[in-house]
Amino acid sequence: MYLDIKYLWLIPALPLLAAGLIAVTRQPHRRFAAALAIGAMAISFILACFAFAGTLGRSSAATSFHETWNFNWFQIGENWFRLGWVLDPLAAVMLVMVTFVSLLIFIYSVGYMAHDENFTRFFCFLSLFAAAMLGVVIANNLLLLFMCWELVGLASYLLIGFWYQKPSAAAAAKKAFITTRIGDVVFFLGILWLYSQAGTLLFYDGGSGCLEQNALNELATRATIAGLAVSTGIGLLIFCGAIGKSGQVPLHVWLPDAMEGPTPVSALIHAATMVAAGVFLVARVYPLMSANGGEVSNWSPGIHVSALTVVAWVGAITAVFAACIAVAQTDIKRILAYSTVSQLGFMMLGLGVGGIAVGMFHLITHAFFKALLFLGAGSVIHGCHEEQDIRRMGGLKKYMPVTFATYAIGMMALSGVPLFFSGFWSKDGILEKAHEWSGSHWPATSSVLGVLFTPFHLGVFAALLTAFYMTRQVCYVFLGNYRANGHASAHAGEAHAGSNEPHESPRVMTWPLIILAAFAILLGFLGTPVWPWFQSYLNGIAPDFEFGRLFEGPVLFTLALSTFIVTAGVMLAWWLYGQKPIQSDEPDPLERIRPEIFGLLRRKFFIDEVYEVTVIRFNAWWARVCDGLDFWFWNGLVHAIGYLVVGLAWIDQVFDQFVINLGFDEGCKGAARGGKLLSRLQNGRVQDYLRVIGVALAVLVLVLIWGCRAS
Amino acid sequence: MNGFPIISILTFVPLAGAILLIGLHSRQKGLARGLALGFSLLNLVLAVTLWAQFDPRSSGLQFVERHEWIKSLGAQYFVGVDGLGALMVLLTALVVPIAILASWRIDEKVPIFFSLVLFLQSGLFGTFTALNFFHWFIFWEISLVPAFFLIKFWGGTQRTAAATQFFIYTMVGSVAMLLSFLALYSVTGTFDFMELADKGRSGEIASQMIVKVTAWQIFNRDQLPLVIFAGVFLGFAVKVPLVPFHTWLPTTYAEAPTSVTMLLTGLMSKMGVYGFLRILLPIFPDQMRMVMTPLLWLAVATIVLPACAAFAQRDLKRMFAYSSINHLGYCLLGIFALAKLTQADASWNLQKSAVLNGVLLQMFNHGLTAPILFCFIAFLEQRSGGLRGVDDFGGLRKAAPVFCGLMGIAIFASLGLPGLNGFIGEFLIFKGSFPLATWATALSVLGLLVTAIFLLTMLQRVFSGPLNGKWSGLADLSWKERLIVLPALALMLIIGVYPQLLIGKINTTVIAMVENMKF
Repeated sequence: MYLDIKYLWLIPALPLLAAGLIAVTRQPHRRFAAALAIGAMAISFILACFAFAGTLGRSSAATSFHETWNFNWFQIGENWFRLGWVLDPLAAVMLVMVTFVSLLIFIYSVGYMAHDENFTRFFCFLSLFAAAMLGVVIANNLLLLFMCWELVGLASYLLIGFWYQKPSAAAAAKKAFITTRIGDVVFFLGILWLYSQAGTLLFYDGGSGCLEQNALNELATRATIAGLAVSTGIGLLIFCGAIGKSGQVPLHVWLPDAMEGPTPVSALIHAATMVAAGVFLVARVYPLMSANGGEVSNWSPGIHVSALTVVAWVGAITAVFAACIAVAQTDIKRILAYSTVSQLGFMMLGLGVGGIAVGMFHLITHAFFKALLFLGAGSVIHGCHEEQDIRRMGGLKKYMPVTFATYAIGMMALSGVPLFFSGFWSKDGILEKAHEWSGSHWPATSSVLGVLFTPFHLGVFAALLTAFYMTRQVCYVFLGNYRANGHASAHAGEAHAGSNEPHESPRVMTWPLIILAAFAILLGFLGTPVWPWFQSYLNGIAPDFEFGRLFEGPVLFTLALSTFIVTAGVMLAWWLYGQKPIQSDEPDPLERIRPEIFGLLRRKFFIDEVYEVTVIRFNAWWARVCDGLDFWFWNGLVHAIGYLVVGLAWIDQVFDQFVINLGFDEGCKGAARGGKLLSRLQNGRVQDYLRVIGVALAVLVLVLIWGCRAS
Repeated sequence: MNGFPIISILTFVPLAGAILLIGLHSRQKGLARGLALGFSLLNLVLAVTLWAQFDPRSSGLQFVERHEWIKSLGAQYFVGVDGLGALMVLLTALVVPIAILASWRIDEKVPIFFSLVLFLQSGLFGTFTALNFFHWFIFWEISLVPAFFLIKFWGGTQRTAAATQFFIYTMVGSVAMLLSFLALYSVTGTFDFMELADKGRSGEIASQMIVKVTAWQIFNRDQLPLVIFAGVFLGFAVKVPLVPFHTWLPTTYAEAPTSVTMLLTGLMSKMGVYGFLRILLPIFPDQMRMVMTPLLWLAVATIVLPACAAFAQRDLKRMFAYSSINHLGYCLLGIFALAKLTQADASWNLQKSAVLNGVLLQMFNHGLTAPILFCFIAFLEQRSGGLRGVDDFGGLRKAAPVFCGLMGIAIFASLGLPGLNGFIGEFLIFKGSFPLATWATALSVLGLLVTAIFLLTMLQRVFSGPLNGKWSGLADLSWKERLIVLPALALMLIIGVYPQLLIGKINTTVIAMVENMKF
């Protein structure tokens, strides 16, 4: 029985519908909410299995390899913007993995969140999260993928900040959303660029999609700045989105902080959904990333520069970087968080050097054993009364046997213990391809970076560290004596009325662990060099069984090397931590040996602090500058013009008052005074006139006499 | 041509309501509120009817009414809508009832308050439907008067200064525009937007201006068109606003009573964008193209700087005011990118259609989202006794989960979360302007990031963390309040999922506008 492509949308739609219904459910209806979420997820899982069955045995040559269903969404001028979904092996395998792991995590959450007052809301967000992730998986349009991608970001924001009353949780939620959005903004530019160059965002559209040969040829031959092909430029921009979402250096900072969310959320984010989205994105647009039109630029001779080169390097650096930090952490979930970052680096490395199948295989196996480890950690935390510090645990083997057994399987799978654990085979595949990769051959790499180390060497070193820190963690948590009694028993005892002994978790929590543990072992056998069924399935070729492949040179070399590496890592950690029981006040053995390096690792290379004093402070400073610019400069300018007008008015007034008015007034006054003076001459009194005449006569006579005498 | 005069009715019903309300005694508060709501709902019904009757296949004007008014001045009563006008009419009719409901608690001079709101609505309807400069300008100015009084009498502590600054600033723009149009009239002899646009396209305005330049002897032949353009431009740039003509906005939005802020941000800012689309682009294509590059960078500044400044604000209303500038910046980016010279190549037409569709959607979406955000702030102010600082609260999710949840939806719509309305408009603008103006667009995308930063910081400060003991008794949204915001939130979701609902109606207009912008 196969699922018709027309109904593929049901897989994300069911959890979405469940989320919507739970959103309007009142808080007391816990059972209803949980049942709805789990039921929807279960049906989605079944549908995903049917869809998966339909893709089995598909040949990549067949036109139906990428089965699509496209439809019109809205008009742009004369054209329609079209959306669609796609079912190919890549999508199918992700669908099955996401639905299955999510289903187990949902079931586990019923036990883990049983006492939380916002139980229904939690399931609403979980369903939304899963729905968005499933949307990313089936999207056949980069914009649809981006939309679901942003919804994944939203759901993670809501879930990381689920205990919103804890300031640290609220801060972590914000940090996760904003850090990933930094990548997303660049990703968005990549989408815009791709759309303007290819004219479509549909991946597969019967030959005219942007991941199909016509468009790729076109994009790879167009050059842009610095001699890069357009396809490489777009690929790099899109990869920035993946860097943000998948916690690659330098945008990894949000991922460890995301541990503030409830543990099932951490499991969901770190295993099945959010971080896998970034790797999946690279796998989805792989044809674009790997496209090349012979555009090799000459700044790094010998290495073929495509977007994948960058992917490989970023992945390798992240793998080592995060593994180093994990060595010195003491929070059980943070160790796993850094381990996730490191493993994501491995996946990126795998995609960069070996193609879709290599990276995706590690993604799938990692999803199972990392979900197992997180849920196991949740069980430990639950059993130890919300204690997360591994220094206060110890000896839990005795109290929590099921958790211990399953956790040990997860740890061995993650470390890559040879032959029987899935992590071994998937990681081995990556290392083998990295070794073969052109950039890893010493003579071919003339750059300084290449001489000192290559992605292959970085990967090997990261694998060593992985085995080391996982063994360290298990020694701390499960071996030795229980160390919490000394210190923390006081408050733990209050909270749990006396019974401060750790206890095994309820069955609703342990059964998911057991199922995941089984898969952590079994999945490896689907992708061994002997029978590479998984790789063949993704690449659309028929798998063949060939035992002799195990003994071919490169394969055997990597097998032997990684066996040696893992053994070395485990032994070293055992020697340091497992020999004798760790005492509760004892400093970490590594700290005794090299305190300065240990401190550097403990503080995560001070990356958060560096961002704090650069990016965050710059942002705050710049905001103040903008605000000040507004207030003092632009507003000041407006006010200045205002005052200028007022000033002009004032000058005008002064002029009016003192020049025009005063002059006029004075003139008038002068005229009046003159008139008054003159009017005296005509006051109508005859005596005055006669007096004047008399005086005038006298003066006249005197003048005449004086004049005559002189002449 | 003159069929059922639905536009005239639409314009004059609120005016009648306004006059009726003035007649009420100031004690008849309930009656005043009821009547105002009744009139605004009647308008909503009329506007929805108009929207439903609007024929999406016809690119021309619809519901046209044309009467001679003052023949000697070339003034006609000429109204009609295309997709752009219909969209704005619908938006106006949607937002005003929400604003009226949000100001239900206003207790001073109630009849006058609602009378002024209806008066403002009438002015807005007129502005969005009038097609002759003469009476378009009357409505444009008329809408300013009630806004001024609403701020001056019902505003915050600094209301007088804010109202004066708002009035004078926009008035300066209007006066400049009036002068330009008088000059244009003396050149062309018409006030009719459609005729002017035809003449602008055919180059007739330019050739007639050359004649006038020799007659007037004040500017040379290159300067005169630019000076006239600058006058009109200033009028719209202040209204939208475009950085650096924006400083009146934060103060005004913060001091206005919150329900009036809803009208200012939702509707009055759209008058400016509408003017750019209806008047500036069609009539002055050459001038737009000439100054396109500096304008694009101003648009980038309008997007990025206010978003950054919003991060530094401590008052929620000021913060959202800056956010409002940022959102309209996207519209301006699109409009300026449209002015780019392109050959009549079909692929460029596609990009321009995308931009224009995006700008129209963004106008509608911002007109819906921003007022709802201010509406939530109004609810918050009613509960906190006027406090609305970012740092005054904390942990409100505990006390008022529904309030915070619903406001959260509006906030995420505002930051452009896919699935809600804001995203598609922004995507279309960016999609179209990226090939038209690559670097400006690439820088503008920063706005998306900064918006997320300040909105999430605000969410963190106000809603998360331990509950501030002062607000432990904060009431959650009442059923009445939920009924006010839920329809709008539902509309946000519907448009986000199915934008064709709007695009289907406006697309033909968009195609016609792009066709007409061949230069």
